[in-house]
Amino acid sequence: MTTTRPLLGSPMTRLEGREKVTGTARYAVDYPVDRVAYAWPVPAAVARGEITAVDATAALADPAVLAVLSYENAPRLHDTDDRTLAVLQSPHIAHRGQFAALAVATSLEAARGAAAAIRVAYAPEPHDVILTRDHPGLYKPDEVDEGMPTDREHGDFDTVYARAQVRLDAVYETPPLHNHPLEPHAATAMWDGDDLTVYDSNQGATAVQHVLAELFGLATGKIHVINEHVGGGFGSKGTARPHVVLAAMAARVVRRPVKLALPRNQLAAVTGHRSPTIQRIRIGADTEGHVQALAHEVTTQISALDGFVEPAAVVSRVMYAAPNSRTTHRVTRLDVPTPSWMRAPGECPGMFALESAMDELAIACGVDPIELRVRNEPTVEPDSGLPFSSRHLVECLREGTRRFGWHDRDPRIAGKHEGRLLIGSGVAASTYPVYVMASHAEAHAGPDGSYEVHVSASDIGTGARTVLTQIAADALGVPLDRVRVRVGSSDLPPASVAGASSGTASWGWPVHKACTELRQRLEALGHSVPEQGLTVAADIAEDLDDREDYARHAFGAQFAEVQVDTVTGETRVRRLLGVFAAGRILNPRTARSQFIGGMTMGLGMALLEGSTMDPAFGDYAERDLASYHVPACADVPEIDVHWIEEEDPQLNPMGSKGIGEIGIVGTAAAIANAVHHATGVRIRALPIHPAVLMPPLAGARQASPS
Amino acid sequence: MKEFRYERPADADAAVALLTDAPGAAYLGGGTNLVDLMKLGVAAPDLLVDVSRLPFEEVTETDGGGLSIGAAVRNSTLASRGIVRERYPIVSEALLSGAPAQLRNAATVGGNLLQRTRCLYFQDVGKPCNKRQPGSGCPAREGVHRDLAILGASEHCVATNPSDLAVALAALDAMVHLVSAAGPRSLPLTELHRLPGDEPHRDTVLRHGELITAVELPPPVPDGRSAYRKARDRASFAFALASVAAVLQVRGGLVHHVRIAFGALAARPWRARVAEEALLGQPATEEAFGQAIDRELAAARPLRDNGYKVPLARRLAVSVLADLAAPEHGGPR
Ligand SMILES: Cc1cc2nc3c(=O)[nH]c(=O)nc-3n(C[C@H](O)[C@H](O)[C@H](O)COP(=O)(O)OP(=O)(O)OC[C@H]3O[C@@H](n4cnc5c(N)ncnc54)[C@H](O)[C@@H]3O)c2cc1C
Ligand code: SF4
Repeated sequence: MTTTRPLLGSPMTRLEGREKVTGTARYAVDYPVDRVAYAWPVPAAVARGEITAVDATAALADPAVLAVLSYENAPRLHDTDDRTLAVLQSPHIAHRGQFAALAVATSLEAARGAAAAIRVAYAPEPHDVILTRDHPGLYKPDEVDEGMPTDREHGDFDTVYARAQVRLDAVYETPPLHNHPLEPHAATAMWDGDDLTVYDSNQGATAVQHVLAELFGLATGKIHVINEHVGGGFGSKGTARPHVVLAAMAARVVRRPVKLALPRNQLAAVTGHRSPTIQRIRIGADTEGHVQALAHEVTTQISALDGFVEPAAVVSRVMYAAPNSRTTHRVTRLDVPTPSWMRAPGECPGMFALESAMDELAIACGVDPIELRVRNEPTVEPDSGLPFSSRHLVECLREGTRRFGWHDRDPRIAGKHEGRLLIGSGVAASTYPVYVMASHAEAHAGPDGSYEVHVSASDIGTGARTVLTQIAADALGVPLDRVRVRVGSSDLPPASVAGASSGTASWGWPVHKACTELRQRLEALGHSVPEQGLTVAADIAEDLDDREDYARHAFGAQFAEVQVDTVTGETRVRRLLGVFAAGRILNPRTARSQFIGGMTMGLGMALLEGSTMDPAFGDYAERDLASYHVPACADVPEIDVHWIEEEDPQLNPMGSKGIGEIGIVGTAAAIANAVHHATGVRIRALPIHPAVLMPPLAGARQASPS
Repeated sequence: MKEFRYERPADADAAVALLTDAPGAAYLGGGTNLVDLMKLGVAAPDLLVDVSRLPFEEVTETDGGGLSIGAAVRNSTLASRGIVRERYPIVSEALLSGAPAQLRNAATVGGNLLQRTRCLYFQDVGKPCNKRQPGSGCPAREGVHRDLAILGASEHCVATNPSDLAVALAALDAMVHLVSAAGPRSLPLTELHRLPGDEPHRDTVLRHGELITAVELPPPVPDGRSAYRKARDRASFAFALASVAAVLQVRGGLVHHVRIAFGALAARPWRARVAEEALLGQPATEEAFGQAIDRELAAARPLRDNGYKVPLARRLAVSVLADLAAPEHGGPR
């Protein structure tokens, strides 16, 4: 029997790190393929209407051009639930940028040239693309985010709010945000008879396999989706995207492999994004800050092709004890690109609103914002009444208080200057649910003492492959180098998407189960491995059903110190601290990088990021990384991340909660609260650009700018 | 993508000759702007004449004590030259505040001055834009224009010039040396760029085929203090929302010499001549600076979403001038 130091919890470096930094790791369109052709899409030039004609004459004049596809001649696809995937199936245009045609040629340049030469004529129709709080099309959706109720009521909000000693009523807005992973959405598609192989940049090979099977009317076994390395996704690759359907369709038509990498300036319209939200929050409290009534009412949008309804009020069902509460979602359908998931959908915009409101309440009551949160700590999950499997928000706040030096903070507003800079600090809570999704895995022992573990997991740059290897080696009780974990292919045992911060739990659990059982079977065999090896398959569907009812969430606290230049209105973050309670941390190195990455993205949301809907054209104006500002190194101070050791037996065999998304939740509120502390200006609509801060700063501080 | 030819002539005459009878040809500097625009379909030259390796790569002192900067000098080279940092620090500051290092390593002085606007409609061939396609319209006026002009714009175009370097050069009274088939000529930098009027497609007064060979700076103003300051959304790798370059010489508490140029407010670097005139001989106080800048900015005609630029430009300029006047408090940065 081998005894090894437990690998879980050790800071292993990423197994594929060397391949990535030396450039040998292959992404979706990096695979060398014989006779490959290239495809370049043509985005629709109207916000709504019908295609009346497609003239490909000029495009086809180039002998390098193999085909021009449009609704007129594209192969028919079967219907799926996701109408954004019905590419080139109808002359109707639902939003600007939806694909109207596709050029396929023997070279990338020829495909691009042909796409520019295709003449598409439209009969435009009037469009409606701007969300307002009183939009006439607002309706109550049946549900938000798969099974979450649209509205919830507890007690009597109206009466208690009306009588409350302290009342807050404020509207917060978050802009449309784009995921913009570094690797654009890209695919290489190849047919061999009725077998389709795609190298695709996605967050879930199994999910994409199933959708392609449906669209092309084939058995899932005929479809092979490979996503060995993925250059980020942040939710935008959580479902199949139009590019992979187009690539597969084109490959079938031209009878050659086809590569299609979307250019950056087409991503904003067709790969999902976070919808804008308008959130009204009302809080009624006593003068000590005990929340008695809480209403969180969300207005948001979807597209004519449906899309994800941002469940931003759901956090108010989890965070604070409020005996009387109302949480609602209203949505309107606009002629806009289709929204989808972006890192912490729902929680991220929702907590900007709720945690800004808590800060406003703290000030209104004269209570320290940390103390205010502690006073409103619930004993059970407020909405469901279920006990928490574990909840250490207060511990995170306390630990952060100590590490940040919060007690030294002067609560007075706009009280701290350094020359022309105003300095302030703010705090906000973070939360993210614990999800686990049914997945399968296989563990195989070879007669040479090596082990192979198979699971159709997706490593989108998070370190999933590495942590799964740690889980497997630990469960097998063997050193790491004896175990090879294969991920990134739909030919492996089916598994869930890299999303909802559920990957490690959903894949790790069956890996753990298969490896544990394999180890037991080997022990029973006296450690003699049969000649053909020994394989154990595991499925966690029943384990999931058998779980007891608990409210399972991770929590955290974020602290920000900012400086605001009173001359320019520029806000820069000086310090960012996050303290999280997210179950057992299985790999401190990769976990830290997830927390830091989330917080960096939260900083971007607070100060920089936002897509502007162009009312005349119906598209997002910022479509490159020069105009859609994600944080640059100079924007990001040293980010300090800590976690609380949390033992929670109600999770999974590893004892972990998800960590991929919680880092972005609360950051924007902590920064906005710090800006208020620094300047006295409350910004309720993100991002906090100089353009937004300048008018109040110029008004309030006529005096010396120096 | 349109096919194009590429030539790398050995001298200026050959370069000029290549462009003279070729209306579809363009000079190529570092390519960091032009090649981007070619990829977007905004520019479609059929001949690129590479001028980045012409013998204009020197930064030399002139007989009169000024500085001559070759048009092919890379932005990073210029920013790091000792003589520039010592005598014309705002040139360095302006360059280093723009783009990331990788782009500065490639970008040339000539190309920097002639880079085109960042107006999002200009870069999107799927939309109208008078600058790109004369007569098609200017959607920015009613559309997305938060970053665009408040000074000198016209109903036909509200674009801004994005160059940081040009703002510093405008404040330094730089001259631009040109050569064309008609021979050499020189222009003050402030006369290189045009306001849009009803011909927004013409960014500059250059004729087709006219080549920038050098930029010349007069000797620095004795006892003059100078500073460049830029406001932007992102801490690096972002164009200015507004910027200011200023040179100030104070004698006996009075303004003896002053040059102020704004960036990102107009289609050209905006020399604040009204403010400069108002300040000459006045006490170098914040109040006087404020009044003079207000007179300059009285000409501002903000659009729906860029009104913030007026107080921003005012505060930037006043704070820079105040720092220059009283270096002991804060000092130039
Ligand atoms: C993401 C990004 C961020 C940026 N941020 C900033 C910023 O913050 N501030 C800033 O100032 N700039 C910024 N830039 C722009 C950058 O400074 C310019 O792209 C660069 O200076 C252009 O120089 P170049 O030599 O590459 O020009 P090119 O692209 O080669 O040429 C530009 C134009 O000049 C013409 N040309 C070139 N040389 C000559 C010559 N000698 N005579 C006549 N015509 C000539 C070309 O024909 C072309 O029309 C940024 C660019 C990018 C892509
Ligand atoms: S402002 Fe100028 S560059 Fe922008 S759209 Fe209008 S005409 Fe074109």
